[in-house]
Amino acid sequence: MTIRKYLVILSVVFFGSVGDAFLARGMKNAGAIDIHHLSRVFSALANPFVILGIFFLLAFMSSYMTALSFADLTYVLPATAISYVVMVLLSIFWLHEHVSPQRWIGVGFIVIGVGVVAGGPSRTEHPAAHVPTTALKERA
Amino acid sequence: MRAFYTWLCIFITVCTAAAGDVLVALAMRRIGDLGEIRRRHGFSAIILRVFSSGVLFGGVFFMAIAFFSNLIGLSWADLSVVGPASAALTFVTNALGARFFLHENVDRRRWLATIFVCLGVLLLTWS
Repeated sequence: MTIRKYLVILSVVFFGSVGDAFLARGMKNAGAIDIHHLSRVFSALANPFVILGIFFLLAFMSSYMTALSFADLTYVLPATAISYVVMVLLSIFWLHEHVSPQRWIGVGFIVIGVGVVAGGPSRTEHPAAHVPTTALKERA
Repeated sequence: MRAFYTWLCIFITVCTAAAGDVLVALAMRRIGDLGEIRRRHGFSAIILRVFSSGVLFGGVFFMAIAFFSNLIGLSWADLSVVGPASAALTFVTNALGARFFLHENVDRRRWLATIFVCLGVLLLTWS
């Protein structure tokens, strides 16, 4: 894993959690949407926080796809779960929500999980992907 | 009956979210390292390869189904039930999907990480 690849993983975390926080803030401003009046979702699209949230989530999707282009799904998903921790921090400092001790224990579990997976290899090497150079010479 | 529909929704959310993630991962593996492609062929090559991948669009389609099924589930049951159940179970089904469909090496370390993250998400969202 190079620094560039770690930065891509970090950008998945950053864009995902900040995008979710923007969407949550925007939807709070827009008010509750009843199941019988789902069309009100479209009026929420005019909210600047919702618009920002959508842009951040598009950036999340592109960095997520970039991460999957060089790492396994079972590496990317646990590694980017640190975004749950970022969301807790954002909910404390930005949305001024209360975080219970139970949630802090949850944060601890996620940090351990991320630490465990980040120490291992990021990609499964399939035998088909490695054709021996001698075989290539024979084919040539 | 409402509980049945709620769990049906959670089941559909978990399965379609896993299918979406597995298909997107498969598409990106076939496309190759985007950083490498950009260096060799330029940014336009990335756009061309990504937008011509049917598997990728299949993945996005399943992700969209998961999103709407989750929304419907939330309209029938509390966030404290639907949120943790779908998030935690999706980690497990993704690991199984990656193991059996993508043939990833899901070793003891990755299972341990998945279980820790699962428990963490459950504690974080089940309040």
